[in-house]
Amino acid sequence: MNRRRANCRWPRLPAEMAGTAAAPAPVARMHSCPTFAPRLTDPMKLPNIARPWPAAIALLALLLHLPAAHAGRTLDQVRQRAQLVCGVSTGVIGFSSADSQGRWNGLDVDVCRAIAAAVLNDPNKVKYVPLNAQQRFTALQSGEVDLLSRNTTWTLTRDASLGLHFTAITYYDGQGFLVPKKLKLTSAKQLKNAEICVQSGTTTEKNLSDYFKAQGIKIKPVVFEKFEASIKAFFSGRCQAYTTDASALAFIRSKEAPRPDDYLILPELISKEPLGPVVRRGDDEWFAIVKWVIFALIEAEEYGVTQANLEQMKASADPAIQRLLGSAEDSGKLLGLERDWAARAVKAVGNYGEIFQRNVGSASPLKLPRGVNALWNKGGLMYAPPIR
Amino acid sequence: MNQVVATQAWLRRNLFSNVFSGLTTLLLLAAALRWLPGLIDWMLLQAVFKADAGACQAVNHAGACWGVVAEKYRFILFGRYPHTEQWRPLLATGLLLLVIVASGMRLLHRRFLLAAWALVLPAFFILMGGGYLGLSPVGSDQWGGLPLTLLLATTGMLLAFPLAILVALGRQSRLPLLRGLCMLYVELVRGVPLISVLFLASFLFPIILPPGVSIDVLLRVQAGIVLFAAAYLSETIRGGLQAVPGGQHDAAAALGLSHWQAMRWIILPQALRAVIPSMMNSAVSVFKDTSLVTVVSLYELTGSLSLALAGDAEWRSFYLEGYLFIGLIYWTGCYAMSRFSRSLEPGSGISRPLA
Repeated sequence: MNRRRANCRWPRLPAEMAGTAAAPAPVARMHSCPTFAPRLTDPMKLPNIARPWPAAIALLALLLHLPAAHAGRTLDQVRQRAQLVCGVSTGVIGFSSADSQGRWNGLDVDVCRAIAAAVLNDPNKVKYVPLNAQQRFTALQSGEVDLLSRNTTWTLTRDASLGLHFTAITYYDGQGFLVPKKLKLTSAKQLKNAEICVQSGTTTEKNLSDYFKAQGIKIKPVVFEKFEASIKAFFSGRCQAYTTDASALAFIRSKEAPRPDDYLILPELISKEPLGPVVRRGDDEWFAIVKWVIFALIEAEEYGVTQANLEQMKASADPAIQRLLGSAEDSGKLLGLERDWAARAVKAVGNYGEIFQRNVGSASPLKLPRGVNALWNKGGLMYAPPIR
Repeated sequence: MNQVVATQAWLRRNLFSNVFSGLTTLLLLAAALRWLPGLIDWMLLQAVFKADAGACQAVNHAGACWGVVAEKYRFILFGRYPHTEQWRPLLATGLLLLVIVASGMRLLHRRFLLAAWALVLPAFFILMGGGYLGLSPVGSDQWGGLPLTLLLATTGMLLAFPLAILVALGRQSRLPLLRGLCMLYVELVRGVPLISVLFLASFLFPIILPPGVSIDVLLRVQAGIVLFAAAYLSETIRGGLQAVPGGQHDAAAALGLSHWQAMRWIILPQALRAVIPSMMNSAVSVFKDTSLVTVVSLYELTGSLSLALAGDAEWRSFYLEGYLFIGLIYWTGCYAMSRFSRSLEPGSGISRPLA
């Protein structure tokens, strides 16, 4: 093509032929050749979503071992902009969701509010960034959010290889199954060759294949990217079972099923899903603050400090309560916070038990029992190291 | 009597002109009789129009729950924009739509139109972003819904178009370096999906930037969309350029026009006119592809709908009605664009040259 173009001969208007100065300028810089047969390029078409890409790019970012752009003291940045940027989910009932006015609420959201109250003395100074399962870690690594409070399961891979620190556990979940009653199943082990609907991008998908591999049972996972699509498919009969975290199953059965009585939740929990907030590595002070605000909320429940009785409790004679609420020792100084950091957090959102009841417990649409999420001295797993 | 005959004649001419057409008519009629009553029943008769979750759940999907739109329309249309300030995106969207419609229907003289765009675009950003005239500042990551969709699509096309022309011309250049660069750009950008361009722009870019330097996420994403759309559009335009017969170049040269004059007055008008349908195709694509920016935490129309419903226990199960609502918005936009494209095709003042 280049050769043909170079060999082109162009009609020229030699300057001398023109004669006078007013003649048109010689056209010497004509670029193209007479064209060949007119040819149309392919009609434009933008390609569809290729799902593995985001994951691949996130991986690339990690492989390059690039330093986080916003390394440094997160606390200073939060104070400077007078706002905590909190990564939350794009809508998980009871954990983080926006109402019709765009106000956020839920257990994970209350953790953000408690930290904002402890650090900025105002639980409303939080900007919520809704993140989906695939983008959540990248957003934290790149510094888009200060904190990821988005029902994220603590696993070794995530803790050790993603440049993150899991801080503390705010909810112990497990994965279960929902099946139609008419299949007459009583155990997950009877799901041989069953098609099971599952949402992608979470630990759920991997737990499913791990569990049945261990059991030596063959199943066919049917994977959906969107929650709505996955349950729609299940309730329209595409799969024989639906699997997700137990915290969501009861609600899906009671609210999303066309007839709740036609479905039942199998007794097995096939995984451990400890959920908790995550911070970036490289900022130990911030890591400590997030961790200890959560411990303070749990400890407040243990000592019976509630949103309502907070002011009376400040005058309590119990040294542990005095330390917690800052009425005797200054426990905040060690964290780089004010003396009443824990009292502010409890005042904003209540103690852990109150947060639980309001968002996922008996006072919420989810109506989940405390179960393993009760305090350690009431038969549960919620145990905070002492504040002293 | 005459009327009956006329009707019969009309029927025969339009619906039963031959066996195939007659069968199609009957088939469509049967389908309408079979499905239409149920559809009307679901969409209107049994539907709940009030924003009452209890009533919607009582109907249990036997009728549409338009109440979900009544309850959530502000969230769907404006996304995460602060609730009390939502008159600002409303006004901004209204202004932008007005000037788009005025441009499309050629209601204004060209000179006024340019002025209108020059006024409305800054006004849009001032209204949305705030920080001036006593408006409280709202970060661009909190813009959402319809204004964001419109902004990304409109500025995407407005900026991609000139860039695409330059790249298309660059690919025909005689300078090997320029030609190579343009080709590299097109092949590189065309070789990756838009979603990965957006991911690069949103997440990888801030990691690469030196610490302390940050570029607004909306700007990064908009740049990504412009670069992406321009790569495709430039190939469309190059196709148009190749369709212009060489005689046109010669004729322009014979008239003594310079290269750029020839391009401006002879070649480009014909080339662009030849590819109007294709270009409108890209415009429609860009409009709909804006829904992909959800993956980088910008919640445009589609994103804000799922954000509005996903976490709401009472309304979550009525997302079908929500999707129908935004489907209608997208369809209106795309249909308007295709009408506009058709209005451009005949009588644009240049007769088609012989190939």
